[in-house]
Amino acid sequence: MEWIQRQGRLLGLTAFGSMAIGAYLGLVWSPPDVDQGDAMRILYMHVPTIWTAYLAYFLVLVGSVLYLWKRDLKWDRLAGSAAELGVLLTALTLAVGSVWAKPVWGVWWTWDPRLTTTAILFVIYAGYLMLRTLAADPRSRAKQSAIVGIIGFIDIPIVHMSVLWWRSLHQAPTILQPNLGNAPLDPRMEVALFVNLFAFTVLFVFLLGQRLKLAQLEQRRDEVLWEEARVV
Amino acid sequence: MHSTWASQAWAVFRKDVVVELRTKVNLNAMLFFAGTVLLIFSFALGPDPARLRTAAAGLLWLAFIFAGLLAFGRSYQLETENNAFEGLLLIAENRSAIYAGKLCGAAAVMLFIEAVILPLMAILFNIDLWRSIPALLLIGVLGTLGFSAIGALYGALTMALRAREVLLPLLMLPVTVPVILGAVKATSYVLTGQRQDVGLWIEVLIAFDIVFITAGLLLYDSAVST
Repeated sequence: MEWIQRQGRLLGLTAFGSMAIGAYLGLVWSPPDVDQGDAMRILYMHVPTIWTAYLAYFLVLVGSVLYLWKRDLKWDRLAGSAAELGVLLTALTLAVGSVWAKPVWGVWWTWDPRLTTTAILFVIYAGYLMLRTLAADPRSRAKQSAIVGIIGFIDIPIVHMSVLWWRSLHQAPTILQPNLGNAPLDPRMEVALFVNLFAFTVLFVFLLGQRLKLAQLEQRRDEVLWEEARVV
Repeated sequence: MHSTWASQAWAVFRKDVVVELRTKVNLNAMLFFAGTVLLIFSFALGPDPARLRTAAAGLLWLAFIFAGLLAFGRSYQLETENNAFEGLLLIAENRSAIYAGKLCGAAAVMLFIEAVILPLMAILFNIDLWRSIPALLLIGVLGTLGFSAIGALYGALTMALRAREVLLPLLMLPVTVPVILGAVKATSYVLTGQRQDVGLWIEVLIAFDIVFITAGLLLYDSAVST
């Protein structure tokens, strides 16, 4: 954790460089899709954002469990910082996916299981962030949000399975799904996707490091203010 | 006197139920609230009997859940008066007993409301209930337990917060989506006579109950410790 806070410059430059390469590979170098044409290029952003969002929620779980175990506020800072990025990335995934769905499926939104799960995920962690803004002091905030962070993560697979059954029982698929699994992906598309996955992951780690630094400063400020209030 | 975990949980449960029964005002308010929700949603959907019957399961559970949110808010709001919760924490050796008692207490309140609202709905929407009662009872208990598993934990987390009235539903509703889906689907299959499809959703409810009651028992001590 300290390492990613210290290596801001390295991570930032790597993220910037690999994002530029990823954008070139995704937008210019890789071929358009046979069926979808250029709309398919949204994939190069859509998949990396949801992957990093899940990574973020996993880190919220890690931070929450470690806080309850060790009672060290640095784990709460990890959980809170990761949750902010997770909510941002989930919102991006939903927005970008919506833009993709319009030309390909003909609608902005559909109650597809994965879309529905992602939307619920967004609300669960938006609630988590709301809780963090309302707590009285850092210790109780850490405790309360750790529990909500753990419960939220346990809930993801259950939400996903129930939404899957909700949509699939007695209902034939009404929309065309992008069959990425069936037709083998063009090797150039694979390369572009993996470079973008790498770029977004580095960008995520960079942003997380910056947010952690900020969280540390916020905490120091609060301690100073509290100390002054006590002296007066 | 050394008391066991079960007797402590029972004491908390009994206390909560007795408070509700003695102060009836709140129980009555929740009942009327759930009934009003049912009416308002029927207005929103229009008077077409066929459409109301297909939506009945969803409307019913929305009414239960809204009443349940009130029940959990109230269950902990009472504890903040005169620092009652501090006393409760001092008495219990194992805090998970408080969780179990709180869970069952609010669940009992919800089940009471469900028992009154269900026949009311059957009359309003002209649904034949008699053959479905055992199945609906099972779904009602499982759904209510799942909802309460989260409510008893999150209620304790939010009870001291500003804006808890907004925050509790905001935190609870997304997490309990599987309960809402499971209970609505199972109820709807029971009411429309598609018995073969009920099993899957009962399993979803049971799985949710087991996972989150266990999680609640394990996490409650951290949730209420200071």
